[in-house]
Amino acid sequence: MGVRLILKDGCLTALLSGEIDHHVARELREEIDETAMRTQPKQLKLDFSGVQFMDSSGIGLIMGRYKLIQTWGGGVTIANLPPKLEKIVSLSGLRDLCTIVKEVKEVEGEE
Amino acid sequence: MKAKNEMRISFPSSSNNEAFGRAVVAAFAAQLDPTIDELSDIKTAVSEAVTNCIVHAYRDTIGMIYINAKYDDRGTLQIKIRDKGCGIEDVEQAMQPLFTTAGEERAGLGFAVMESFMDKLRVTSKPGHGTTVTMQKNLARRVMKNG
Repeated sequence: MGVRLILKDGCLTALLSGEIDHHVARELREEIDETAMRTQPKQLKLDFSGVQFMDSSGIGLIMGRYKLIQTWGGGVTIANLPPKLEKIVSLSGLRDLCTIVKEVKEVEGEE
Repeated sequence: MKAKNEMRISFPSSSNNEAFGRAVVAAFAAQLDPTIDELSDIKTAVSEAVTNCIVHAYRDTIGMIYINAKYDDRGTLQIKIRDKGCGIEDVEQAMQPLFTTAGEERAGLGFAVMESFMDKLRVTSKPGHGTTVTMQKNLARRVMKNG
């Protein structure tokens, strides 16, 4: 639930979905960190296109991953932030730490 | 505030109730015909307050969280979220953005979010007895339109 991880060309993409609160953030953190620590990607891309709700626990999740990735010199990209999550991300000051991008969604094959 | 409608719920402070708490308040607030953005603000603020009860007030234990919401006929929504947990020694310090006692994974933004997403925020606390967070949001213009 909640996250699908794709490693490609040194970039680990975490496709997040659903609602991110303190309860869910704990599980997401464990799943992302397990793969991130094993693969040590240069970039961690957190894709929020499937996220309907996020409170400050999601900000904590991004900050925590930023600190982890930094230990081996990597960076964090925040991708496809839905408009309703922009307010909380602006409030957090994360724009100074992470790259924020909007991407045109590629058509993907169903799993 | 003279209530036109009100509701009360209580539930234990287990983290899987975070989604339940904000969904109930959102369903109640929906009677005021809020915009998507307003509803999202309310859900987020409630989620922050409920998470505070779980992470701080009842840190190593499970206790009850009480939510009381009401609105008047001018479309002012008031939400009160109360716990009987450890309380806050210094409310002013706790409300500073980025201040947290809960470690690295908490951003310390809970009160800052409540403050900026709602129109009014009041926090009262008594160490050893608990904390009450009272928030208000004005959704007036929609109610006028809908009678």
